[in-house]
Amino acid sequence: MPEITGYAFPNDIHVHWSLMIVMYPYITGFVAGSFIVTALYHLFGKNEFQPVARLSLAASFCFLLVAGLPLQLHLGHPERGLFVMITPNFTSAMAGFGILYSFYLMIVMLEVWFVWRGEIIQTARRSRGLKRAFYAALALGTYDTSPQALEIDHRAVKVLSAIGLPSACMLHGYVGFIFGGIKANPWWSTPLMPVIFLCSAAVSGIALLILVYQVTAKLGRRVIQADTVSAMARWLWFFLIITVTLELLEIIMLAYENSEEWHIISPLLTTRLQFSFISMQMIIGSLIPFILLFIVTVMNRYLHEKVRNTLTVMASLLLLLQVFSMRWNVVIGGQLLSKSFRGLRSAYEPHLFEREGILVAIVLFVLPFVILYVFDRLLPIEAPPGAHAPDPHGDAPPAAGVSPAA
Amino acid sequence: MDEMPKGNPPPEPAAQPAQAEVSRRDFLARALRASGGAFALLAGGGAIASDGERYDWEAHRWAYLIDTEKCIGCGSCVRACKAENGVPDGYFRTWVERYLISPEASHVDSPNGGMDGFPPLQTAFEPTKSFFVPKLCNHCKETPCVQVCPVGASYRTKDGVVLVDGKRCIGCGYCVQACPYGSRFISPETHTAEKCTWCYHRITKGLKPACVEVCPTATRQFGDMKREDDPVRLAIAHGRVVVLQANLLTEPQAYYLGIDMEVR
Ligand code: SF4
Ligand code: SF4
Repeated sequence: MPEITGYAFPNDIHVHWSLMIVMYPYITGFVAGSFIVTALYHLFGKNEFQPVARLSLAASFCFLLVAGLPLQLHLGHPERGLFVMITPNFTSAMAGFGILYSFYLMIVMLEVWFVWRGEIIQTARRSRGLKRAFYAALALGTYDTSPQALEIDHRAVKVLSAIGLPSACMLHGYVGFIFGGIKANPWWSTPLMPVIFLCSAAVSGIALLILVYQVTAKLGRRVIQADTVSAMARWLWFFLIITVTLELLEIIMLAYENSEEWHIISPLLTTRLQFSFISMQMIIGSLIPFILLFIVTVMNRYLHEKVRNTLTVMASLLLLLQVFSMRWNVVIGGQLLSKSFRGLRSAYEPHLFEREGILVAIVLFVLPFVILYVFDRLLPIEAPPGAHAPDPHGDAPPAAGVSPAA
Repeated sequence: MDEMPKGNPPPEPAAQPAQAEVSRRDFLARALRASGGAFALLAGGGAIASDGERYDWEAHRWAYLIDTEKCIGCGSCVRACKAENGVPDGYFRTWVERYLISPEASHVDSPNGGMDGFPPLQTAFEPTKSFFVPKLCNHCKETPCVQVCPVGASYRTKDGVVLVDGKRCIGCGYCVQACPYGSRFISPETHTAEKCTWCYHRITKGLKPACVEVCPTATRQFGDMKREDDPVRLAIAHGRVVVLQANLLTEPQAYYLGIDMEVR
């Protein structure tokens, strides 16, 4: 039995939204964040992102495939999960999930197809037997790799990015809305919630890509592009600042207005969430990475490559923790306070082995990487040397400096 | 409180109000459906044989009145609710809160929901007033719990009762989060959302909710807003009643008399 300080409504002592509901926004955050990185290249012409453009699209896709799982695992009746899609009740914020998810999945799959189409066809041509049949099927019956056709591919990718970016933002902003729209819960109910979720999604996405990019480059003995790393660090820093500003603003507003809610939220933050909010989310997760990225951004020119890479990796790792803590503090924190506004329950500790437990959460986090690995086997994420690297901007040939060395 | 209208019909399968509109002549189909299990179970098995007057949910609008001045904190209502509805241990469809208040400090508790009454209590301050407040689902008119249900398993009936369809509920728990009053829980037995139904299986048969039935002091009263002379309607119409957390505009249909500002 959880311990209660003060008075909690007797039904308010249960944490019904468990670790899985923490994992859900964490994983969709990677989906949206990675897509933002692809869009920076395809849509906004940030050429520094070219080496990670394909990686981020693939990552967004792989995390997307897993995004619905934690929800499903959390349901009291998982076998009825499809009801949300079949008989949605549209006054519910949750009912939009099916539609948004399917739409975004479609966009990402199309974009993946257009980006890899040329290579799919070439692989089909080069191989025989089953492999040939597989790639021929993936090519969906068109084998045109003429420059004109590839040009159309590039334009399609651009259009899809333009549709995908708002969809990814919607998909994740909507997760924030699920919480922000609950007027019963003072710790959730704020219009800032979707925005905070979105910005922290960008943080987690970029941080994740910095890590994956550097790790895969090391493993594949490829050169880590300095301007890619510093550009990502810069954007990471930018999104970190916005995220933390918003997170703090929300609290400062409550405190300054000295609202009724503050009288329960302030003890929540300083007692129950002291470790996960103050230590993890704010100091270890925000302040330290802020300083590290500050160094990378401001003193970029003077940094040795190794130092820059190490600093960004450290900052990224900490930021992954920061975003996880933020999800935890929102989802779990909101359930530690009673709607009586008079009581807090003791901390929620998930078990290692249970349907919504720690082990499952770890599997959920690892699974997208496994999928990413399979993806890479089927559709190599590193563009083959000499292959036509997709150039979003049509005119210029791919700059030699930015294309990854083989 | 008055009895229900004299002509009120004998038992009728009403636990599934969404089905209540089914033609009465279609007896065979209904019997088949009832013997399908669920309705018969919920309606206490009376469904198959009954061919009496149909319960007309358009003819009623239920409301609940709690006169806190009368409550003695005996907890009979909480026990009755548990017995009537098989409420799992540690979860509550109704509960009773105890308030001990002085101008400087306050203490609120509800040991085991008030089920076993209230043991004497020493507070660090000298209370200048104390009282009990029975709580239950307010059957809100603008109900956030129905609003957020992604599959429409939570709904409000035409006679003003908020119910959960246990066969549609996916157990997502969104409604539990959305209810500002802590009236809902996910049952560890059915894994679906559960809450007070105002004993819908009883009120549609002309009975009162179990808690109202057993309350020895008439703290808890149940009435029909569509009956001009209903005592509950009269009390709400003429008395100075309040609802809980009125600022949230959920329009509760459980009204309180004699409540203090300390009560949320
Ligand atoms: S009290 Fe809670 S459960 Fe009952 S109708 Fe209102 S919001 Fe829904
Ligand atoms: S727990 Fe059941 S009733 Fe509540 S919102 Fe989810 S599906 Fe609807």
